[in-house]
This record gives sequence, C-alpha cells and structure tokens, in this order.
Amino acid sequence: MSRQILTEKLLAFFFENKVALMFSIICLAAFFVSGMSTSLFFGELATRFGRNSFLVLSLLIPVIAGLGLNFGMVLGAMAAQISIFLIIVWGGIGTFGVFAAATVATPIAVLFGYLVGKMFNSMKGSEMIGGMVTGFFADGFYQFLFLFVFGGLIPIANERLMTSTGVGVLNAVDLDGNYMRQALDNVPMLNILDVAFWAVLIFTVATVIFKLIKKQPLEMFGSKGLIKLLVVLIPLALAYLLSFIFMPFHYFLYQDRLVGWMAVDIALIGMALYWVYRLVREKFIEKQPGVPFKPVAYLVLVIILYLLTLHPEIYAGLNHVQIPVLTYLLIVGLCFLIKWFMNTRLGQNMRTVGQNRAVATAAGINVDRTRIIAMILSTLLAAYGQIIVLQNFGVMITYGSHLNIALYAIAALLVGGATVSRASVKHALTGVILFHALFILAPIAGTQLMGSALIGEYFRMFVAYAIIAVALIMHAWQRTKSNKAKSATA
Amino acid sequence: MTISKREAPSFLQVAQKTLSDFGLPRIIIMSTFILLLVLSWVNGMNVPSLFGDVLRRWGMFGILVLAMVPGIRCGIGPNFGVTVGITGGLLGAVLSVEMRYIGMFDFIAHNPTLFGLTGAFVAIIIGVSVATVMGILYGMLLNKVKGSEMAVSVYVGFSVVNLFNMVWFLIPLTASILLFPAGGQGLRLLFNLRDDFGGVLNNLGQFRIYFGEHNSMNVPTGLLVVFFICCICMWLFTKSRLGMMMTAAGSNPEYARASGINVEKMRILGTTISTALGALGIIVYAQSFGFIQLYNAPQWMGFLLVAAVLIGGASIRRARVFDVLLGTFMLQGILTIALPLINVMLPDVPALPEILRLIITNGIILYALSKAKGG
Repeated sequence: MSRQILTEKLLAFFFENKVALMFSIICLAAFFVSGMSTSLFFGELATRFGRNSFLVLSLLIPVIAGLGLNFGMVLGAMAAQISIFLIIVWGGIGTFGVFAAATVATPIAVLFGYLVGKMFNSMKGSEMIGGMVTGFFADGFYQFLFLFVFGGLIPIANERLMTSTGVGVLNAVDLDGNYMRQALDNVPMLNILDVAFWAVLIFTVATVIFKLIKKQPLEMFGSKGLIKLLVVLIPLALAYLLSFIFMPFHYFLYQDRLVGWMAVDIALIGMALYWVYRLVREKFIEKQPGVPFKPVAYLVLVIILYLLTLHPEIYAGLNHVQIPVLTYLLIVGLCFLIKWFMNTRLGQNMRTVGQNRAVATAAGINVDRTRIIAMILSTLLAAYGQIIVLQNFGVMITYGSHLNIALYAIAALLVGGATVSRASVKHALTGVILFHALFILAPIAGTQLMGSALIGEYFRMFVAYAIIAVALIMHAWQRTKSNKAKSATA
Repeated sequence: MTISKREAPSFLQVAQKTLSDFGLPRIIIMSTFILLLVLSWVNGMNVPSLFGDVLRRWGMFGILVLAMVPGIRCGIGPNFGVTVGITGGLLGAVLSVEMRYIGMFDFIAHNPTLFGLTGAFVAIIIGVSVATVMGILYGMLLNKVKGSEMAVSVYVGFSVVNLFNMVWFLIPLTASILLFPAGGQGLRLLFNLRDDFGGVLNNLGQFRIYFGEHNSMNVPTGLLVVFFICCICMWLFTKSRLGMMMTAAGSNPEYARASGINVEKMRILGTTISTALGALGIIVYAQSFGFIQLYNAPQWMGFLLVAAVLIGGASIRRARVFDVLLGTFMLQGILTIALPLINVMLPDVPALPEILRLIITNGIILYALSKAKGG
C-alpha cells in the first residue's frame, strides 16, 4: 500500500518537473560532449547565477497576479540604466554609488511600473504581446533620451561618457572609472555582518519601545512574539562578538568571496537543519501518522548531494568557484521576501486576482489596483536586478544591455518548469541554473560536434525562443480546452 | 513654419469628421508625414526624387503588408508570424540562386530580363509552395490557441527565424555568391542579386518624370503594377463568396458557425494566404532591394508590417486593401523622407529616424491593442 503511494508520488514528481528534467538531460549530454572541465564550468555557472537570478525572480509576482510573463520588465532595466548613468555623471563612487543608483532607480521604476500597469489594465488578455510592444516603444524614447536629450538639451560635460560632438552618450559606459565594477560583489563579509547586526538590533529595540509606548503586551512566544526577532539577533550578536575576539574568524570575514565547496556545505547544512526541524515538528509535535515523505526525501537528497561533492572531479570544480557573498545573500533574501509577501494579505489578493478576476471583484478586491501594484513591484525588482547585472559586468552597453533581458529571463523561468500562470521561487532558481548551463555548454558542444561554435550559438537562441513559444502555446491551448469544457457543461 | 500653419486647419477639418473611427495616433502620424514633406521642401531638398524613393518603397513593402489583410479578416489578428512565410520565400530565393549557379536557366541566358524573371518566378514558385505548407501547419496551430494568437505568432515567428539560422548554416549549397568566403561556414549574411533577379521588376518599364533641370522622379512601373495586381486580386477575393465566408468567420465566429461555415477551415485558409503572400512579398522586396539578407534580418519585419496596415486605418479585427495602400505609403513615406531630412537638420543625431520608426510602429500597435478591449 505505502509502496503504491510512493510510486504515485514519484510519478507525480517526474510529471511535475518534466521540463526541468528534460533540460537536465540535455545539459548533462552537452556537458559530456563538450569535454569542459568542471572547474571552468562551475565557475562560469556560479557567476551567471549570481548575475541573473534577481532578474528572473522579478518575474514571479506578475505571473501569480495573472498578468503572465512580464515582457515589460525591459522598462525596469531602462530605469536602472538611466539611474546608473546619472550616478556616474554626479560622481557616485563604489558600493555607495551602486546603492545610490538603486535609490534613484526606485522612483523611476515605480513610475514606469505604474504606467505599464495602467496600460495593461486597458488590454486585459493581451498583456504579453502588449508588454513586448511596450518594451520596443519605450526603447524609442530611451534612445531619444540618451542620444539627444543628454548632451543636446541637458549639457553634460564628461568626456568619458559623451560622444565627441557632446550630444549623446557613448555606446559603452565604463563603471570601472567610478569603482562601481563588482562593487556589490566585492563587499567583505565583515561589513555585511556589521550592518546586519546593527540593523537587526535597532529594529528589535524599536519594536520593543513601540510596544511599550502603545502599551501592548510584551510576549515572548506566539505569533507576534519576540522570539522570532531574537532567533535572528542572537546568532548575529554572537558572530559579531566572535569577529572581535577570535582573529582567524575576523580574517576569514575580511573576504568578499566564499569558495564554492564551503558555500555548498553551508547551504546543505542549512537545508538539513530545516528539514530535520520539519521532520521533528511533523512527527513529534503535530504527531502525523505514517512516514513524512517530503522531509525524508529532502534529507536523502541532502546526503546524496553531500556525497556528490566528495567526488574528486566535482570537488576540484567547486574549489575553483568564487561566490560573491553579498549578491548571493540578496538573491536568497529576495526568495524569502517573495515567499513572505505571497502570504500577506496583498499577496493573497494577487493570487485571487490571478486565478479569477470575477471572483476577486466579488470578494471586494480592487482588481485594477492590485494588478498595477504587481506591475510596480515587478518593474522595481527588474531595475534592481539590472543594477546587479551591470555592476557584475562592469560595463553598461548604453543601447543594448536592456534589449535581451526579458528574453533570457523568461526563457530561464520557463526552463525551470514554470508556466504562464504558475511560477515559484523553485522554478526560477532551477531555471537559471539549467538555462545558463545550456548557454555555457551549447557553443562548446557545437564546436565538438559540428566543428563550429556558431551552430551552438544558433541552437541556444533557438531554444530560448522556442521554449517561450511552446509555453505560450500550451497556456493558450489549455485555456481554450477549459473554455470548451465550461461551455459544454453550461 | 508659416507654411505648416497654413496647411494645418484644412487638414484638421478633414480629420475631424473621421476622428471617431480614425483615431488620434493616425492623425499625428499623417501630420508628421505632411510636416516632413513641407520641411524637406523648405530645406530645399530634392522632393520629386524623394517621392520616387517613396514610390519604390511603397511597392517594395506593399505585398508584405497586404499579407496582413487575410490574417486580420479570417480572425487570427495581425499576423506577426508572417516571418514564417518570409523565411519560406527566402528559402525559395536561395534555391533559385543555386539553380541559376548550376546552370539550370542557361537556355534563356541570351535575354537578361527573361533570365531574371525566370529566376524570380522559380523563387516565387518554390517559396510560395514551402510557405503554403508551413502556413497550413501554422494555421492549424493557431486554431488551438484562440484568443492568444498575437503573442503566440510573435514567438512562433521568432522560433522559425532562429531555426532557419541553423538551416542557413548547414544547408549544402555550392553557389559561391551564397557561401561565406574561405574560412567561413554556411551561407552569407547578405548576398547580391545582381546576377539573378535583382531589380528585374523595378526596371521593367521604368521611367523618369522631370521637374525642372535637376529634379526628377523615378517611377518603378513593373514593381507598382505587380503590387496593384496583387491588391486587386485581394480585393476581388474579399468580394468573392469564399472571401465573404472567411470574413464572416473572422468577424463573428459564432454566427458563421451557425450558418454552416467551417470557421476552423476559414482561419487556416486566411493564415495560409497570409503566409504565402509573405513569401511572395519578400521576393518582390528582395528584387527591389537588390540583396537578400538571411539569418536574423526578417525577425522584426512582422512589427513593421503590422504597424503599416494599422496606420492605414485597420484594427485588430478589420482590415481593407485600402488600409494597406494608405498605411504603407504613410509609414514608408515618413521613414524615407526622415533620413535625409534629419541628416540636414540635426546632423548630431543620426539615429533619429530609427527612433522615429520605433516610436511610430510600436505606438500604433499599442494603440490598436488598447482599442481592442474585450475582443
């Protein structure tokens, strides 16, 4: 009996993840054909993961809110590029400059997101084609801004940025001159720990003071108990203290990159702890009957993954990987933020709007407003994502950096197994890994198979477009089928 | 500037009447066209010669834009995926060049015009056949995705273009004009049609009209005649029984089905005609251009064509042959005149025509999408 359930669950798992599994097989085949070394491959993959994940995650909210794949994310990227340009003109430097760019990008992206959301409300059902066209339409104004307004209408005297005539911005803007190249990637862990500790401390103290002033009860446990803050604060405080008294730890924190195997170990330990906690909770606190399938499966997976890292080839590969700590923390943070947001009231409203607009209206949700908020959030996150991309590259291609981001981000999300109406953090992260693995391997595999890197390049572009085409077709097909079923029953 | 002011009121008076079904964006675009004409005249440019260029590009793009009409009328909306047909046409052209190279048309080599026309004819036969097959499959696909045809057709078009990138790269042809010179692999990005059918229609009965000593206008008679014949055929088709049935299936599928029309078949018919016209159109385009561009060149063409027919007065659900004539003339007129004019007036901003193209084409598509609410 239990064996039958297990088979069913496994089958369901394979069916659920068919796209991702198919791409895993393609990537594995391409990897063995290419003969690429693990150290090179893992290093490149880690760089691309850190660079692109934020952008892909920015696509999730509109999918959940029923707006489909946000092809209008290009506008967020434009907001990012406008603000980076302005920051360079104003002389912002280094990490401060990057954060300043994010600050300047915020109002611009919110405005763009509002306008796009407003427009999408007038073309419900054709948001995706509308988003595509909006991207190109906005690109016209973007080019006008950078080719004519900057330098032409607003005089900007900066030889590093402007063309020789003084009108229009150069094709490539170098971020290195303002020390903004990899300025986020290069923040040492020590600084991150400092900021995190003081921020959490101030937040905790403020919460306590607020509760005292409002005369609310200060309870330790429960849904709004202080324990939740202390669970974060105490380890941070211990680490902060340790960084002062234990010098090897201090020197370790001076680094801004983690070696790959160390990061993998930390992630695996984290995962193992979480699933052990879930196991204990389900089995001993909630006392559910039977074997808890999910925690056990994940714990087995963790053990398998750990054993895999002991393989000499993979270990050598991981040894060459340098993970930029702050960028990865931002990505992980965004994952948790999105998960948290979807459980808030607004997030739940978005889910309802995404599932059925009529039901949402009947439930008293302002559908148009919710959709606009979803677009604003997505555009804003896309802007931050593009800032992460640009600081990692170190060069901004003024008229090109934003053009293909929607294509690659959307293709990556779909490769992870998302659809036009269903997407999660898991889809986004798996998708980034698989899609970019293919991106790295296809030209090399093409060289090995056909004697030319170009064929691999054409192949990967074809895959990017085709996966989007197939996803759109599947979505529309299912919709017409369910419409037919509905009209048949009615 | 005084001249443009004198022009404006009379133009607006005419526009006011048709504003309701014509829309503000189209009026803006038409005013832009007239403004550009006036400006180029004021700046002392060779207006007749420019006008000749506009005529040439009108005929060059005309058939491609005409491909939008059956698509919109049969109910699939603006056919962004006309690139499927264009790719088929390119395949026909490439094979025709290869056949000329291996000497299959040599029997007629004594007459260059006939030689060129044969090449074009063979290209059209192959291209249209390939496009018809692809069009039927594409139409069947679009029947499965009712309501999302536009987004699907954009990405199906992109996918086909990128699939053919691999075909162009791997196809085993021998004509040296097609292949990358030593060191490369696959077909060239761009090749000359000088030895094939380049300009063969344009030069057929071409004449010049002189305005004074230096100003002259070139009229590509053959090209325009072919374009007009296609337009008349399309117009006759829309008036025929089959064409009426197709229009009915597109404008009101429920009613059409109730009166015994096979809506699915009609949609496939419209899509196939649209795709086949794309193949024919690109060959006519290429002979006028004198070159063929392979690989990613046709990727964005769908947007330009959709915009042209929308500017002419079409909507997502309704299109006439007249919209094609007017819209193509307007859009190509603006793009043709803007380039030299901006070079004279604003030499610092050479990219302005490109910006104009982006804003006009995508702006009109957005406008049409927002008007199609509930459709």
